[in-house]
Formats: sequence, structure tokens, C-alpha cells
Amino acid sequence: MLTILFDGVAYGMLLFILASGLAVTLGLMNFVNLAHGSFAMAGGYVTVVLMQRYGMGFLATLPVAFLVPALIGAALERTLYRPLYDKSHLDQVLFSIGLVFMSVAAVDYFMGSQQQLVHVPSWLRGRFDIGGVGVGRYRSFVIAVCIVITVLLQFALTRTRFGSQLRAAVDDQRVARGLGIEVGTLFTLTFAVGSGLSGLGGALGAEMLGLDPTFPLKFMIYFLIVVTVGGRAGLIGPFLAALLIGVADVAGKYYLPQAGAFIIYALMILVLLVRPQGLFAAAR
Amino acid sequence: MSTPVLETIGLVKRFGGLLATDHVSFTLRRGARHALIGPNGAGKTTFVNQLTGVLTPTEGQIRLEGEDITHRRPEARVRLGMSRTFQINQLFRTMTPLEMLLLVLGEREGRGLHFWSRLDARADLVREAATIAERFRLDDVIDATIATLSYGKQRQLEIAAAFAARPKVLLLDEPAAGVPEAERQDLLDTVAELPEDVSVLLIEHDMDLVFRFATRITVLVNGAVIADGEPAAIAADPAVRAAYLGEGKDA
Amino acid sequence: MSMARPTASLPAANLPVAGTAAPAATTAAPAPDTTSLAGTLLRRRRAWKPVELLFWGVAILAPLMLPRSMLLMNEIAILGLFALSLDLILGYAGIVSLGHAAFLGVGAYAAGLFALNVSTDPLAGLVAAMLAASVLGLLSSFLVLRGSDLTRLMVTLGVALLVFEAANSWRSLTGGADGLQGITIGPVLGLFDFDLQGRTAYLYSLAVLFLLFLAARRMMGSPFGLSLRALRDNRLRASASGVGVNERLVLVYTLAAAYAGAAGGLLAQTTQFVSLDVLEFHRSADLMLVLIIGGTGWLYGGLVGAVLFELFQDVVSAATPQYWQFWVGLLLVVFVSGGREAVHKAGAALRRRIAALFGGRRA
Repeated sequence: MLTILFDGVAYGMLLFILASGLAVTLGLMNFVNLAHGSFAMAGGYVTVVLMQRYGMGFLATLPVAFLVPALIGAALERTLYRPLYDKSHLDQVLFSIGLVFMSVAAVDYFMGSQQQLVHVPSWLRGRFDIGGVGVGRYRSFVIAVCIVITVLLQFALTRTRFGSQLRAAVDDQRVARGLGIEVGTLFTLTFAVGSGLSGLGGALGAEMLGLDPTFPLKFMIYFLIVVTVGGRAGLIGPFLAALLIGVADVAGKYYLPQAGAFIIYALMILVLLVRPQGLFAAAR
Repeated sequence: MSTPVLETIGLVKRFGGLLATDHVSFTLRRGARHALIGPNGAGKTTFVNQLTGVLTPTEGQIRLEGEDITHRRPEARVRLGMSRTFQINQLFRTMTPLEMLLLVLGEREGRGLHFWSRLDARADLVREAATIAERFRLDDVIDATIATLSYGKQRQLEIAAAFAARPKVLLLDEPAAGVPEAERQDLLDTVAELPEDVSVLLIEHDMDLVFRFATRITVLVNGAVIADGEPAAIAADPAVRAAYLGEGKDA
Repeated sequence: MSMARPTASLPAANLPVAGTAAPAATTAAPAPDTTSLAGTLLRRRRAWKPVELLFWGVAILAPLMLPRSMLLMNEIAILGLFALSLDLILGYAGIVSLGHAAFLGVGAYAAGLFALNVSTDPLAGLVAAMLAASVLGLLSSFLVLRGSDLTRLMVTLGVALLVFEAANSWRSLTGGADGLQGITIGPVLGLFDFDLQGRTAYLYSLAVLFLLFLAARRMMGSPFGLSLRALRDNRLRASASGVGVNERLVLVYTLAAAYAGAAGGLLAQTTQFVSLDVLEFHRSADLMLVLIIGGTGWLYGGLVGAVLFELFQDVVSAATPQYWQFWVGLLLVVFVSGGREAVHKAGAALRRRIAALFGGRRA
């Protein structure tokens, strides 16, 4: 039981890191980016390539797995995403689905369609016991990393100048510009960090979630659920939603394997019907 | 005196801690030319939105022809005889004025679910749409896409569409707002020419229009009625002058 | 605020006016009586345009011209019907959906199961497919009434995923990943057997498409259809005009589901096979692309889009079959990032020319 809870928490944490960028772009900037998972996939493949072809250690690849998607994200934000900020959600959806399809096919072309294996270092393998509960080393590591990132993110968003500028820019772009805030640069940077975090999540998660070219499609709905169910007002809601989904999904697959992802989808629909603003959104 | 065609009894609307409508009891007499005025933020639009069902009041009652409509859906109120115009144009931008009028007429006649009927199946409705178009100076543009009409024509269409529902009560929410001088007279004329059996509530900023049009005026300030009476009395009311006219007259 | 939608121009709505109304206004010496003008305009709007007759004429004669491409044409007809279905809710009523494949899939499974267990008569199977899909449509329609576009996108996607998972898990009924096999379909009307070249299949699909198109054309030109456009254009004003918003949305959603179900039924019957593929996400996404290519809010949008999409797919996947999705993705990106306006401008110009060509003779 506790092991399931623990695995669920690890899964949820990972989901949160993967989706945190989306929580900002969709939640705050109101841009529906279904291609968020493509950046995660990019991070995962960066790690795979660096480890397999250049013999780098797992940990050493992680910063690169952050950086490469971040740079791709920044470039795409500057060129393709920006003109779509004030288009309809439908247009944003279509555009980003297009990106998903392209990335899926491109990765398939260059890397093949097979599952990629990420070999984590030996000290991260196996389990240890805490009071009779089997705890995976790697999952503990993931949880630790994710906690650090979450704290940093929350701090950056609520306590720093960057965070307050971003919130101002999201609230009212014109006013923010009037205050001398470089809204364009701010959005690019935010988008880049979000993509980078997603890439990091993809690298961290390759071992737990698997990694193949269909990754962005498979997890798209999960990221969206995290954000829409969590509520779009900040990071706390998505964080709680990610944990909830992580635990529910792991428990569901363990206790009711035949139900598949049924429970998650049904839960999502229910939440959206009852609370269209999300579970943890402040009532407006 | 007959029953008022529209009345509210102790209407209250709260947004969180804000009292946007403060126990408003209001009466619209049959055939009235009644204006509702008040400075910006007085809660005029909030009040109208409750009358039409866009917002639900926190407390109180709304009666149309004596019937309690407080919790009726907006479309049901239209069918019961109350229609409105919007302060900011709310039109079917891809339709033509002819289509928009036919839509309203069709809904009025309960044809909205007739999925196999033709738009011109009822010759009387086509005739009525054409007549309304003429009345509101839209006959020269009945087949133009609404989005391409001049602002003045769009304002005319706002009123025409509300009028087409054959309302007992017509709520005009700042009909002249933003209309350029050249098209203004047309608009004022059509408002003045509205048939007598339609009771009109005009929500307006423009004092000129209010005093030319209204035979009765209600003044709303901070969500509450501070004065209600004939134009001359309102103009002389010191409370109104203090709260509103002094700053509004030269606007 | 939540009704942010592309204000894509409506080519069909403006088409007849551009060519015909302007000359009428200038040539008539006395000011025309508004009533008779209105009547004329309405009649003209619903009249069949020569281009339409041309379109269907070509579709009927296509088997004679391209006897080897019948299977492809069958796919086009089915995809066109599927896209028509999406246009009913997206283009006319303004409901965005990312899960339209649910209705296609349910229709396909219903038709397949009907043929396996009840009767091999294709028309009866088609009715079953439409009924099954419309039941799902009716039930799920209540989920799309509230919320923003984003909520609707998520909810429709969620419903499609649920249906997919259900079909995947309920192996005894659907055959799971293996799909429904061994479907045989009897002759259409007891007369026309399905042949290997797909001749009967195409003509059957085309006939169904045409009949359902006729019905859609009639319905969208009715007071009901007008009220749907009202909803799409401005929900606030629609309800202030007496339109019962929820009732109309439920009806059109159910109707569209039935149309998609028919497309699914045709797919199952003409390919004699149903697999989980009919419920896949890419079906819904491809469909969006089809409709964007052809343009939303006019009934031919889905059909034109289906023709172009299938031809494009035929060419591209002949070259690189497994990377087809890349090109779909690229098209989506290009279309949204500005290509759509360019194409529609070109399309509108072309239509004006054609209209002038035919209109000039009549005037």
C-alpha cells in the first residue's frame, strides 16, 4: 500500500515537473500548447543520445537535457508561437498538434520507433527499506530533485523580480510595457524555462515512463489534466493535481488494471464539469 | 392605474463584498418613456443584466406583467415580452440584417426548431422583416454582412433586432453611445418613433437624449435609487445635481 | 469572452450576393420594394448554384473517368461525410471538439457488430450506426454546454479517450486490438454486390453522402440552422433573441454525432473491418485539418477539404508512408501560421471568378 503511495507520489512529482511549463504558458499566459510533451521528449532523447553515443553519465546529461529544449523553446517562441498568442484556443490547439505530429515523425525518422532505455547509475538502482516499506532508490532521487525544482519555481514566481514582472505582464501587457517591463523577452524566457523543465522531466522520466516517439501524444492529456484540473491561477493547484493524478493512476493500474486510464479521464471530465476553473482555483 | 408592465421589488445584487444593486424597487408603467440614469459605475448595466436574466439577483423579485420572472432564463424572458439592446454591439456578425431579423421573428413565432422549413416559408415574416428594416433605415443594407456595416447602422440594427421580438418592454442600453454625429439624428428619430404600446426603459448617459425622450426618470447612484420622478423634478433635485448632473451635463 | 473563435470568412454565405445583388440594386430604376427584394434574396440564397451541380456531377461521373481509384474515392466520400459532421458543430454552432473520432468509432463498431450479429443488410446497418452514435452524442452533448472553449476541447478529448479505452478493454465485444474481423455485407438494396474494385462501395458511400448532404443543406437553411449560426456568432445575443441555447446545442451535437456515425458505418461496411484505429486521436486531429483546408461554416468545406487531404495523402504517403504524420503536422502549422488566410483569399477570388462566369450569363 505505502509502496503504491510512494510510487504514485514519485510519478506525480514527475508529472508536475513535466507539466510545470504548461502551467505557466497555459495557466498564466493562456496559451494552449499541446506540444509541451515534445519538449519533454526532446530532453529524454538528449539524455539517450549523450549516454549512448558519447558515453556521458546520466547525471551529467541532465543539464543538457534542460538546455537543449529550452533553446528550442526560445527559438520557436520567437518565431512561431508569438504570433498566435492572441489567436483563438482552437488555432493554438491546431498549431501545437501540428508541432506534435512533426516532432513524433521526425524523432521516429532519426531515432527509430523503438523504446529507448536509459541506464541510470548503479547507485540509483534497486530499493531500500524504510520501516518495512520498499522504496525505490531512483524514485526517491526523482522526488528529491522534483521537490528542489518545485521550491525553486515557487520561489522564482512569487518572490523574485522576474516573478512579479511576469505576473504583471500576464495581467495586463500594456500596463506592464508602460512600466518598462520587456514583455517579449519575459515571455520568451518563461517559455524557454518551461520547455527546459519539461525536457528535464523527460530525461528524468525516461526510466519510469518509457521513451519512444509517441511520448508527446501519450502524455499530452496528462499534462493538460494537471493544469486544467489543478486550476490556472498558479503552481500550487497543478502541483496538488499532479500528485493526485500520480497516486490515482498508479493505484488504479494496480487495483483495477482492466479499467486502464478510464478512471483518470472520467475524473477529469467530472472535475471540468463541476469546477470548470479547476479543483484548486481560487473562486473568482 | 393598471399593473406596471415591469417592476422590481427589493432587488439586491452582491459581488463579494460589493453591493452593486442596493434594494432597488422600480416600476415601469405601461407605455412609459422611462430613463434610467446615473454616473459611471452606478450599477445601471448590472441592473439591466438582472432584468434580462444575464445575472441572477442575490435577493428580491422581478415581475413582468405581474409574473415572477426572477429565475427565468434570458430566452424565456424574451418570449414573455421583454427584449433589450446592448451597450456594446452584440450582433451576428456573419449574418445579414435580413437574416438577423428573420432569426428574431422566427424565434418569436416558435419556429426555432423547424429544421425542415425554409427561411422564406412564412411570407408574412419576410414582409415584417422588410418593414422593420425600413423603419430602422436598414433597407439599403439588408443583404450586407453585418460586420461590414457602419457603426451607426449597427446601432440601428441593435434596436431593430430587439424591436422585432415585438416586446412589451424594450430596454435600450445606451443606444446612442459612440454613434458619430452624422448618423446620430437617424438613430434618435427611430427611437422617438417607437410605437406607443411598447414600454421603453432607456439607460443613458447622454442628458440631451434623456431629457428629449423621457417622461419619467430614475436616478441610480452606487446601486441605489436616489430619485424618481418627472424630468423637471429630477433636474431640480439637489441630490441629483450633486451626485450627477453637475459633472455629467458638460460631458 | 470565451467565444473566441476564428472569424474566418464565410465564403458560401457571401458568394451569391457579390455576384448578383449589386447589379440588381444599380439597374433597377425605381427603388425596389424591400419585401420583394428580401424574398428574392432569400430565394437566391437557397437556390442551387451551377458550381454545386458541377461538383456533384463530377462526383457521380468520377468512376467512369478514374475506374482504378475507386477505393481512394470511397475514402474521400467517407472522410467528406465525417468532415461535414464536424462542420455542423464547429462551423455552424461554434462548438470546438477534439474528440469527434468517438462518434466515427462508435458508428463503425455498431455497423460491424450489426453485420456480424443481426443482419448483413447495409442500409439497416447504417441506421444502426447512426442510432448508436447519436445516443453517445446525445449523452455527451450535455458535457459541452458549459465552460470555455478550452474546457470543451478537454472534455471532448476526454470522451474520445474514454470510448477508446472502453473499446480496448471490452475485448469480448470489440475484439480489442485485433478488431472486428470476418464482416460480410450483403448487397445494397438487395441488388448491388460489393465488388473488389470498390465501385459499389464508392457509389454507395457517395449516395449516402449526397442524401445526408441534402438533408444538412436543407436543415442549415432552415430557421433551426439560422439559430445555430446565431449561437456561433454571439451566444449572448442569441439568448437575448429568444434562442434556447442549450436545447439547440444538444440537438446539433446529436445530429452531428449521427452524421459521424454514418461515416463510421460506411467505413466499416466498405472495408469490412473495424479496429481501434477508428477511435484514435489522429482521426480527430486529421479531421480538423480537413475542415481547415476546406474552410468551416459552409457545407462544402468538409467535402473540398476531404478531396484535397486525401489526394495529398495519396501522393505523400506513396513516397514516405510512415512519415505521413509529419506532413499533416507541417500543414497544420503552416495553415494556422498564416497559410489559411492566403488560401482562402485565393479560393474566394477563384469563386468570384466562377460566379461571375455563371452569373454573367443569367443576368
